[in-house]
This record gives sequence, structure tokens and C-alpha cells, in this order.
Amino acid sequence: MDPKIDAKIIHELEHLLGKDAVLSRPEDLLMYEYDGSVEKARPDCVVFPRITEHVVQIVKLAKRHQIPIVGRGSGTGLSGGALARHGGIAIAFTRMNKILEMDYENQRAVVQPGVVNMDLTCAVQHAGLYFAPDPSSQKACTIGGNVAENAGGPHTLAYGVTTNHVCGLELVLPDGEVVRIGSKAPDAPGYDLPGLLVGSEGTLALVTEITVKLTRLPEAAKTLLAVFETPDDTAQTVAEITARAITPAACEMLDGWTLRAVEAFIHAGFPLDSGAVLLIEVEGLREAIEAQAEEIINVCKLHNAREVRVARDERERQLLWAGRKNAFGAVGRLSPSYYVQDGVIPRTKLPLALREIDKIGKRHGFEIGNIFHAGDGNLHPLIMFDLRDPAQFERVVACATEVIALCISLGGSITGEHGVGMEKDRLMPLLFSEADMALMKRVRDAFNPGLLNPGKIFPTGKGCGEIRVRPMPISSAAPTSA
Amino acid sequence: MKPASATVNLKLASILGVANSSADPAQLADYEVDRVRPGIVLRPGSAAEVAEVLRLASAEKLAVIPCGARTKLAIGAPPQRYDVALDLTRLNRIVAYDPGDLTLSVEAGLPLVTLTETLAEHRQMLPLAAPFTSRTTVGGTLAAGVDSPLRQFYGTARDYVLGIEFVTGDGSIAKSGGRVVKNVAGYDLHKLLIGSLGTLGVITTVNFRTFPTPPASRGFLATFPGPEGALELRAKIAASQLQPLTLEILSPELARIFAERTPKLPDDCPPPGPWFSTMEWTLAAGFGGNVAVLERCARDLTQLAAQARATNTVVLGDEERPPVWGRLRECIPLLLDASPLATIVKISARPAQLSRLLPALQQTCEQRGFPFVALTRGVGVVYLALLPWKSDAEEIRRLAEICAHLHDQGTILGDHVTVPWCPTELKRRVSVWGLPRGDLDLMLKVKDVFDPQHVLSPGRFYGGV
Repeated sequence: MDPKIDAKIIHELEHLLGKDAVLSRPEDLLMYEYDGSVEKARPDCVVFPRITEHVVQIVKLAKRHQIPIVGRGSGTGLSGGALARHGGIAIAFTRMNKILEMDYENQRAVVQPGVVNMDLTCAVQHAGLYFAPDPSSQKACTIGGNVAENAGGPHTLAYGVTTNHVCGLELVLPDGEVVRIGSKAPDAPGYDLPGLLVGSEGTLALVTEITVKLTRLPEAAKTLLAVFETPDDTAQTVAEITARAITPAACEMLDGWTLRAVEAFIHAGFPLDSGAVLLIEVEGLREAIEAQAEEIINVCKLHNAREVRVARDERERQLLWAGRKNAFGAVGRLSPSYYVQDGVIPRTKLPLALREIDKIGKRHGFEIGNIFHAGDGNLHPLIMFDLRDPAQFERVVACATEVIALCISLGGSITGEHGVGMEKDRLMPLLFSEADMALMKRVRDAFNPGLLNPGKIFPTGKGCGEIRVRPMPISSAAPTSA
Repeated sequence: MKPASATVNLKLASILGVANSSADPAQLADYEVDRVRPGIVLRPGSAAEVAEVLRLASAEKLAVIPCGARTKLAIGAPPQRYDVALDLTRLNRIVAYDPGDLTLSVEAGLPLVTLTETLAEHRQMLPLAAPFTSRTTVGGTLAAGVDSPLRQFYGTARDYVLGIEFVTGDGSIAKSGGRVVKNVAGYDLHKLLIGSLGTLGVITTVNFRTFPTPPASRGFLATFPGPEGALELRAKIAASQLQPLTLEILSPELARIFAERTPKLPDDCPPPGPWFSTMEWTLAAGFGGNVAVLERCARDLTQLAAQARATNTVVLGDEERPPVWGRLRECIPLLLDASPLATIVKISARPAQLSRLLPALQQTCEQRGFPFVALTRGVGVVYLALLPWKSDAEEIRRLAEICAHLHDQGTILGDHVTVPWCPTELKRRVSVWGLPRGDLDLMLKVKDVFDPQHVLSPGRFYGGV
């Protein structure tokens, strides 16, 4: 595909949307050539629709001129899902950021895709409600992006991921048709199309309106910080918490390397000499969480926890969570670049997986930090490297592939919440057979004959060499001496 | 459409061998769907055999209806064609169970009750308390899209199925999802299969996440003179911190059926006991947790019920719960047994709509001389049973008239109206799936991808799919 966006098309777009809603100068486009991953691809122009009809017109124009299009929220994605792999028009939904309806009685909200995740929670929490999916980027990421990627977050352990909280969507199909699927009421007749669309990484349709479920805020929460000497004890603890069928609202692990990086930046109170910590939260009825917290503390002690601290107040709780949610930023201060993986494994295999990942890192000569959603077995190994050294980049990709192969060999998956995008497409055949992928491709082709978000999810057959390298990563702006 | 020829039947039988195929009329009668009888029944023992059958069926343009224990074949529109009954009950293995990870993988033909027993050994459960529990299979329960009282807390199957392996109409074995509790690799095709009534693929293996069985559980009943009080209590519970596992509202006429009947099949549903008020509306809730939680729930519920002016409340312990719980779970079969022409209309609504919907439905029924038998789930699903005493053409006419009225009225007051269960005669006069919406074209595209030759259950689903 060779997009031909000329001055005439830009002019057409400006005519449709207004001059302030179209970017096409190279210096403006720079901002839109990356997301939160290590990938990079520059669109030929960026447009900012405000209403569904704008999106329809953009899509029709793109179809007329055979130009690729890709939807984009805040660009916090971690797999290149919102990048214009083959150029063309990036449709940034950030100005479609209205909350259209707050229906407290039915615990539903209707939002435009550009509404920031946290903003919805802020808008409804006075009624004792919130939007449960809570990716670490929730202060910036959009609900449209959450829908595209089926985003998770620490608390999805208890409350489910985005797909469990979306009940209806308005779509603009790649031919410009507008279709509504699902509904506010349960059990819309026919196939579960919202179930297919959520997590389809923007490859089937553009989402222009989302009906979400709102969850009641719990009356009580208890946040525990369990401190361990070794990652192995920590992993054993998580496996046993799961096996005892205790369901905390969140169960996050930070290993020694990561917690020291975080502590230097956030001062959350993580003990610098520890091997790993678990950040565990229980929520619900007061009567339930007391007993749960007690049982969790017992399990921690059984596995040699040095101490288990209970956050005394909301301030302490927020501080501990700040440590978790800002961790990636903290790591950026210590390493010129890092490559974050998103593999998933059965919880029973957690101790084994961490030991093996450590070995893989050593074998390739990389430091690997681990900070992840331990409760649902969703690993986030951070491989530290220097992107400025092309040889290192090749080795880091090899190292990451080994980590993912390990996850699959343990019965897991290549991605728990970040998506496949253009980063893990080459890994899909490790998980899915040719028949699986052929069927998925046919589904994609039925919705999207080719112009919408091309080059994602399915292997392009070009191998790792094609992975784009960011010459000077954003994080290298910070001092690189650890 | 001509039935499959004897030669084709021979080819089909040769795939599985004589022992696992039959064209015996007596056996075929057991596989009828809306009085349409297949030409052959096949019992494959593996996904590969299912694939081989479907490849041949695609080549010969045969119509195949997959089934398990055949408890829910009455759901849906009559099949346009039906040559092969694909009985999956031989696919009945537990493929993997990792209690420590709370994940499970089973074949589609496994009886749900076997699954429940296996999980119970580890104090775990699947919140799929489906009707026909003692017979139904895992695959049939998912494909038919039936819900359970436990959806109040746990959601529906789409919320805890982790992955499915299935065979497409053209005989390709495919899968989506996986075995781990969190996974976003590839499209969630398995969500499409749930509730697709065997029109997209034949489910062969299902991976679930399992749940800890609550350490203890209780039931709670509150009675009210009319639906308003019960709905007010529902709204109060929704706005409270309480998270009941189940929440249903019973009309007095439904309570009468519960009081008078015991489901035929399940052995875990004892006689009714004194728990059903046949004069009043009842809100029935179930909740679980440790002793302190149960005490708190009982206390708060009693208080909220008093605020909603309940005439009576009762907390049910372990001894008293089964008669109530069993009937709520087996509500559909109980109702189907209550009349020769039992017709069950399903209306989905937003919960806040119920306060207008229920009185309107009641009026519709009573004006036409139908007792108002309705089960309302707290999430906003109403099952309205029309139970004529007689079985004649006049009753069919009456049913057709009220269903047409409910389609009109229900879509004004609720969001969706379907008729999942009704006599075959009525299906010629009533659109069981309601009028198609703007989403039908996309569904037809999906159908064409999964089943290009329209081999699977043709005509039975939404929009004539």
C-alpha cells in the first residue's frame, strides 16, 4: 500500500473538519509516530473528529482515495496498536471526549471514545460508582483505547478486564456505515459482537460510542505490603493465595531491582534491601476484608515474609499505589531503554517462571526487572538495554522471544493486556495454528477489507528485522547513570 | 430441500463406524428438532471426527445440528433443513484441571453435573447453575446461551470462559482464547460461539476459570403485596454495598407453581416446603461469605426490606435453601412441564425500566386471561410464562396474539423481546427472535466466515441465520 496524501486531500479533510482539526506538517506528525511501545511509524496526517459523522466522512474519504486509516486515543498503548504502520490518516479521538450519559440507576454510562479512563471514574464517583478497568496509564489513556486493546490493570484480578465492562458500542465500519451493537439491557439477541469487537485492536471497525457498566465503590479496602527476602518466596506466596482461593482485588509483585528503582523515584516506602514485595489489596464488605487480610498475612508469613505492613490511611495507600503505577517511569531513569513483555502463565507456575526468566536474562547478558500482576499470572518482565546500540536491540528481541516461548511452554499466552499490535504479530504462530489464524483473518477481512489499521495482529512474514527501532528513545532524556 | 441420500448416509457412517452412527427411525425420533427428523445420527469421539463429518457435510450441502443431552433443542426457530444430528456426548473428558490456578479444560459433551462434582472436591465451582442440571452438557449449555440465577454476581458464560476449541462449518478445527485467566492474543472468537445455537461452529473443548465455593451461604426471602415493593428492594440492594450472588423476583402465580411442583429430573431439589407465598410477590436473594458477612447481609437485607415495606422476611439456612434454590435454577423446565403449550417469552430491560414493564406485562396477561407467571432476574431479564391449560388451535391463536402484542409492547418498555421456548405450531406465527436490528448484516458476515455453506443449524437463529 502506498498512500498518496497530497495537498488536495489535506484540503478536503480541512474542509470537512476545520483547519484546526488536521495536522500534516512533519514537525506536528512527529508526536504521533510513536506510542508506549518500542515501535515507531509515522502517519501522513492526523485528524481530530468531534462527532461520529466526522468519522464517517473521514472513512469514506480514505476509502475513495485508498488511504490506510488507524484510530488513536492518547497513544499510551504498549504494542504499536495505534501506529500508522503503512502511513495514511491517524484518526485521533482525543476531541471526542464527552461523557454522553450517566445512568446511575442502571449503573451504565455512555461515552465517546476519547474520554480519559480516570475522568469517567471522577465524574461518577460522587454517586458511589466507578469504571473498574484501571490500566496503569488510566490518567491518560482513553476508554476507546481500552476497548480496542481490551485493557486490564491491577484490579482486574477481581473485577475483570474491559470486555467484562462493555455492553454496547457504536461502530463506524471501514465502508463508512454506522452500526450499533449490544445494548444497555442484557442479552441482545444474536451473536456477541461486542465480545468480538472489544480487544480487536482497531482492526475491525472504529468505535465512536461506548456503553459501559459502572461498578459500586467498595465500602472498605485494605492495602498490604508484604516484604520478602527472595522473589521465589514471593512467587510461592502468590501461588498459595490463589490455590487457597482467596481473591484479593489486586495482587502485584515488584522484584528487588524494580522496587529499588521505584523507591528512588517515588519514595513509596519499599524496603531497599528486600528481594521482592507484594502489594495486595482486599476490598468489599468490612466483615469480609478483615478475614481475608488475616488469611493473606498468614500465607505471607508461611512463605517467610520478613514483614507485612498494612497501609494505615488513604495517604499511605495512595503512596504504595503510586509506587506501582509509576514504576515504568521510574525504570526509565535507570536504563536508557527497556523492553516490557506481557506474557501470561498459570499461577501455579509462577515460581518456576521467575527462576527461568532470570536465567534467560543472564544468558543474554541483560538485567530483567519484574513488576507485574502476579494475581492473574500476567508477567511484565522489563528487559533493560540500550536502544542506541543496534546489536543490543537484536539481542533484546531474541531474549524477549525466549521469555514468551517460556510462557507458552508453561501453558500461557503471549499477551495478557497489552495486545499483539505490530510488536508481537510474529509471535502469534507460537500460540495459534494456521487454521486458527486463517479464521481470524477471514473475520478481519469480512469486516475490514484492508484499509483499517493494516499490518497488525497477523504476521507480515517479514521477521524481526522489520521491527522499527526508535533511534533516541524518550527515556534517554533522563540521566542514564544508575 | 431433498433429504440426504442413502449413499451419503453410508459415507457419513463410514467416518465413525456402525457403532457410532445410526439411521434407526426409533433413535432418530429422539433427535427431532421442531418435528423435523434427521436422516442419521452421528456420535463423533474427537474433534478430528467432527471435522471430517463437517467437511463431508459441506461438500454434500447437508444440514447438521450439533447437540448434547438434547434438553434445549426446542430453543430457536424451526430448522430450514436437518440431515445430520451430531451427538457430542462421547466427547466427555475432563482434559485438564489445575485447581491451584483455578482453571479447567473440558470436552463439550461432558455432563455439567460431572464437572460440578469434580470441582466440588476442591471446594470450587462454576457459576453456571443452568436448568436441566442433572442432564445437560457443558457445550449445550454454552451454545444455547441459557443463563442462571448466579449471573447476578458472576455474570454470564462470556465472563468466565477463557477459550474454546471448535470446528467451523467447513470442517476446520480452530480455537481462540487460551487456558490462562488473562489473555488478549487474537480475536475473542469464542465469545461469538456462546449463545450461537450451533450456527457458527461445533464446540469441542471449553476452558473455564473456576471460582472458590463461598465458605457458607444463605437465602433471603421478602414478600410484598405488589411488584413495586419488590422492585424497590432490588433498587435498594443495587445501591447498597451488598453483593448478592442471586436475586430474582417471583410473581405470585410463579410462586404457586413453585409451591405445587417439584422438578422431575434433578435429585437435589426437595419438595417445596412452606417457602412460597402464593398470594404475594417475592424477592429471593442468595448470598455467600464467612459468618460475619452472612450476618451482616441478613441484617442489612432485613432492614432494607422493612424500608421497602415488606410484609414478611425470612433468612434461609443450609437446610431450607435447596427447595428454593433448586426451583429457581430449574425454573424453565418446571414451567415447560406446567402446560402442554408452555410458551416462555424473554424480555431484557434496563433494571430501572422494570417498574413500568412488570405492571404492563401483568395487565397484558390478565386482560387476555393468562395468569401472570413471571421470573424477573435482578439484572433486568424477565421470563414470562404463558401456560394455557388446553392444547388446541384456539390456544395457539391466543398465544400468537399475545406474543405479537408483547413484541410491540416489550420493545417499547424493554429492549429485547424473544420467545426462546414455545410449541412448534406457534413458531410459524411468531418471530421467536423478534425483528432483526441494524446489527444483523454484521452477524450474517460472521456466519458466512464460520460456516460458508450454511451447514450448521440453518434457519434456527436470529434473523433466520
